[in-house]
Amino acid sequence: MSSPVLKVTDLKKAYGAIQAVGGVSFEVMPGEIFGVIGPNGSGKTTMFNSVLGQITPDAGKIELNGQDITQLSPLELNRRGVGRTFQTLQVFGKMSVRDNLIVAAQEHKGSMASRMLAPGDSGLGAKADELIDLFRIRHVADKPAGALSYGQQKLVDIAMAFMSEPALVLLDEPCAGVNPSLVGGISTLLKQLNAKRGATGKGGSFIVIEHNMDFVMDLCHRIMVMVEGKVMAIGTPAEIRGNKQVLDAYLGN
Amino acid sequence: MKKSTLLAGLVLVLFLAIPPFLKSYGVYLFSYWLIFVIATMGLNLTVGYAGQKSLGHAAFFGIGAYTVAILMKAGFSFWFGLPVAMLGCFVVGLGLGFPALRVQTIYLAFATLGFNTAVWLVMRNEEWLTGGTFGINNIARPSLFGYSLDGALPYYYFILAVTIILGALLWRLLSSPWGKAFTALRDNPIRAESLGINVQAYTLLSFAIGAVFAGVAGALFASLVQFIEPAPFAVGASIMMYLMVVLGGPGYFFGPLLGSAVGVLLPEWLRFAQAWYLFVFGLAVVLLMLWLPDGLLSIPDRLRNRRLAKEASAARAESAKNAAAAAMGAPS
Repeated sequence: MSSPVLKVTDLKKAYGAIQAVGGVSFEVMPGEIFGVIGPNGSGKTTMFNSVLGQITPDAGKIELNGQDITQLSPLELNRRGVGRTFQTLQVFGKMSVRDNLIVAAQEHKGSMASRMLAPGDSGLGAKADELIDLFRIRHVADKPAGALSYGQQKLVDIAMAFMSEPALVLLDEPCAGVNPSLVGGISTLLKQLNAKRGATGKGGSFIVIEHNMDFVMDLCHRIMVMVEGKVMAIGTPAEIRGNKQVLDAYLGN
Repeated sequence: MKKSTLLAGLVLVLFLAIPPFLKSYGVYLFSYWLIFVIATMGLNLTVGYAGQKSLGHAAFFGIGAYTVAILMKAGFSFWFGLPVAMLGCFVVGLGLGFPALRVQTIYLAFATLGFNTAVWLVMRNEEWLTGGTFGINNIARPSLFGYSLDGALPYYYFILAVTIILGALLWRLLSSPWGKAFTALRDNPIRAESLGINVQAYTLLSFAIGAVFAGVAGALFASLVQFIEPAPFAVGASIMMYLMVVLGGPGYFFGPLLGSAVGVLLPEWLRFAQAWYLFVFGLAVVLLMLWLPDGLLSIPDRLRNRRLAKEASAARAESAKNAAAAAMGAPS
């Protein structure tokens, strides 16, 4: 039994009288795609932001590969191998798609002083090309990212999170606002990235928040259901589908 | 890419060839222009590339000028004063970067404006150091490897050489990974940080490096006009420099060259308008901003985008026509 990539223990965060996250614990294993679902206001994003250092939790412990990362800054987390995407589009609009990918990993190469003298692509051109081909955005690679369609920007956004080969990637609603035909494409891409990284034995663990139930059930190995800041259930897609309590509380009928 | 290299070469030839045919006032104007090109190159890094709205740039211009003037009056060489001015501006620039870690946009503009006012007050009130409103006069021009740069033309070519060297260094910096980091910081600091970009360090450095450029410009300015007093380093000058960056095109490498021309040369051309000059200048700026909010150098991009849009719609129309023909089973 291998040890978890991410271990969250009894995480708590309150906003005034509202307990947004009230004691959440879970583990994400190497190579696992871990889904998080729950109705609006169930504390998914607060949990996410606590793990990512955007907000400071009131209590609880977050460990990455056995090391305590609670309260580390987003910058420090990224350096330690945590990648992420945001709920809304976050590409650098005036930079080309290719430069967006390069800038997403360049700070992992050498020191700040050495980067002042390094070539513009930081030696990341090949890695960028690899992702450009995988994401099928070759035809727009030299266009400013801000000039692309929403779906294409979303692909760039996701690809950026994988440029620095992080051990753990957190994806916040990767399908939000994406047309149905692309949802399947994103699912396939994430599976490919997961399989590839799983095979090399380096990380490849994802946490995915998503409202699109078909997408989550199809993609994730395990799913955590959050309701009112607490964990209602953790299990395989089949188990979650068969959980009477979850069906009543969330999936509804 | 090749076309822009050609254009840059042409501009350089003009800068080399024109001044010998000008009267001394013309040479002075060209020198003045280049000094503002240097200063606004730095401001373009801070504002145009890194997105930090600074209205305190003239303070660094002044710190550079006064440092060199005071040191030269104390008997030191220009060549000692210049690096001291650069170092001083770098350190103070780092300091001015700190407010930018907490506030942005218009709030940062006001914070930097306050800084400029404070520096200006020191220049005006600390008479023992700066000469107060009487200023410092008879500032000598430096000599280079034994050649005197006293003449208007030799000093102009010296300024041109410094402009080219600093321009080349900035070009190199912007084409390194740092350039992308600055742009990322401007476009989206939260995303930048999540990608491991040290937003705080790059913010501070964008101020500090920009300030060094202003410091060099100030040092050259002191030796050009040979008399300095607080007025050219007041808040109005900072706003003017910001305007030059915006007019030329923030985030365009050659923006400061055009922007400074508008700021320095246009008022001269408008002398015929006499009392109306400020009115005409103001009107020209308003119209330019309405027409080209991204600055003069956005014109090529605009033309290209228009062409691409035209091509794209032509292609769409073509494919729609073909699709319609196919749908109707057009007889061959």
